Amino acid sequence: MTVDDGVRRLPTQEITTHTDSREILANAARDTERYGLDEYFIVDVDSHHVELDSWPEILEFLDSPVLKDTAHQMMKNWPQASHLALHNHPPGLTMQDVSGRIPHQASLGEETPDTGSGAERDVTLVRRAMDAMSIDVQVVFPQPMLETGLHPQPQVASALLQAYNRWFTSQILPREPRIRTMLGLPFEDPDACLATVEEFADHPGVIGFLVTSQRHAGVHRNAYMPLYRMLEERGLPIGFHAGPNQADSMTSTMNRFLSAHAMSFVTCNMTHMTNWVINGIPERFPGLKTIWIESGLAWVPFMMQRLDHEYYMRQSDAPLLTKPPSAYMREMFYTSQPMEWTDDALLEATLRAIDAPNSLMYSSDWPHWDFDVPGRIASLPFLDDHAKRNILGETARKVFGL
Amino acid sequence: MTSTVTPRVFDVGASDEVAERGRLVVTLGEGPDAVTVGVFRFSGRLYAYENVCAHQGGPACQGRIVSRVRERLDDGQRSLGLVFDDAEMHIVCPWHGFEYDVTTGRHPGRPDYALRPVGVAEEGGRVRVTV
Repeated sequence: MTVDDGVRRLPTQEITTHTDSREILANAARDTERYGLDEYFIVDVDSHHVELDSWPEILEFLDSPVLKDTAHQMMKNWPQASHLALHNHPPGLTMQDVSGRIPHQASLGEETPDTGSGAERDVTLVRRAMDAMSIDVQVVFPQPMLETGLHPQPQVASALLQAYNRWFTSQILPREPRIRTMLGLPFEDPDACLATVEEFADHPGVIGFLVTSQRHAGVHRNAYMPLYRMLEERGLPIGFHAGPNQADSMTSTMNRFLSAHAMSFVTCNMTHMTNWVINGIPERFPGLKTIWIESGLAWVPFMMQRLDHEYYMRQSDAPLLTKPPSAYMREMFYTSQPMEWTDDALLEATLRAIDAPNSLMYSSDWPHWDFDVPGRIASLPFLDDHAKRNILGETARKVFGL
Repeated sequence: MTSTVTPRVFDVGASDEVAERGRLVVTLGEGPDAVTVGVFRFSGRLYAYENVCAHQGGPACQGRIVSRVRERLDDGQRSLGLVFDDAEMHIVCPWHGFEYDVTTGRHPGRPDYALRPVGVAEEGGRVRVTV
């Protein structure tokens, strides 16, 4: 007895951290065929590469000889620090892969033949994911580097961001024009934020700047007004990329990663959104495009209702506003992932509340554990083709001038 | 006018190639009609499902095979921590971690999220899948 003709055993019976991205994502091709995604212009406004794989290369871009020596000594002497030196990588984040159930979250350990540097390998991995998901342009961010907003030593965070931004713009962006980025700002240091914009704003592929993960600096502080003015004048969006932290005052009570992750990303952006709107930043800088990233969408109608309700009773607390908070929020932009999809009626109401055909931009968040494929948008039963095209890429084309 | 699709039966391998708590993932047929199926064995019985997660279409049959996790409580409803329940075997989609009971193909908390079952039989030491 033999196996029948027409039976092919998959060479990868179990997907692991060593499986090729193209094989992990092979099933995305079903969506490409079913929804004709090759006919759409698809921009992924939030994805990630694995910068710690290239960490020793990035640290060579540090300006300060003292910090560079600290990094070298850490890498040389601490057994586990070769790819973590100077970094504030929070240990709780290693719970993200659900105990190995979602391998691509932990590591993309696949082979990348003919790649000499970390940057070459990174570009190869990004290309594989883009091609597998029919993505035309991918906005690529780091991963643990987004935690620098919570670094215990702000001056080290600023130095790391500068080194990373120099590495990314000189080593990654020139290798692949389909890759774009919004660079992280050293938000603890407003002057350094201005210097960052001055240094990188004109670099090809830099399409905006990010406030990353931090939630302790009020975004309405006067010290930040020159930054917002500079971005507005240059026509560059500011993005708020939320990040989780299990040490926040509320999440520190939580005993499961699920709980902290569900709450922490959202409260991070809720905090900034509240300060941003109630202090009238959109009135002060009406031309500044604002993007809220990686918090899903369900929080937005909640905050619209909550802030409107309070504003109507306490107008004197928000004197710069000339319309309800929700009206400003509807003029901002949102990335889609992780899109809460478990109740069609609630999701439809959410998309209506934020004027999704004009404000929502698809994002995958690949390779994170809760990533969304483009088919997630294409399959929504209550959106017409025009709305789907806008969400999948046309709105991003306008926002970023692609 | 209605069209009917004739079921196709494929010999996919010998019985001993699907070990207890093991799997065999195979693509059956060619071109647009091809179907990828995972065959699993648990408590001696075979189960088979299409390799498409009910969530976002991920390759659910190529993920971890792991016992269901439960939380033990004492008589006073105090938690005694997490344990594996080896009486229930889960298949986990590697894209996002959706878990399915191998005997039903259903998500333990939302049974309407389910893998598409595929006919599987064992005869004369051979495993045959019907699609």
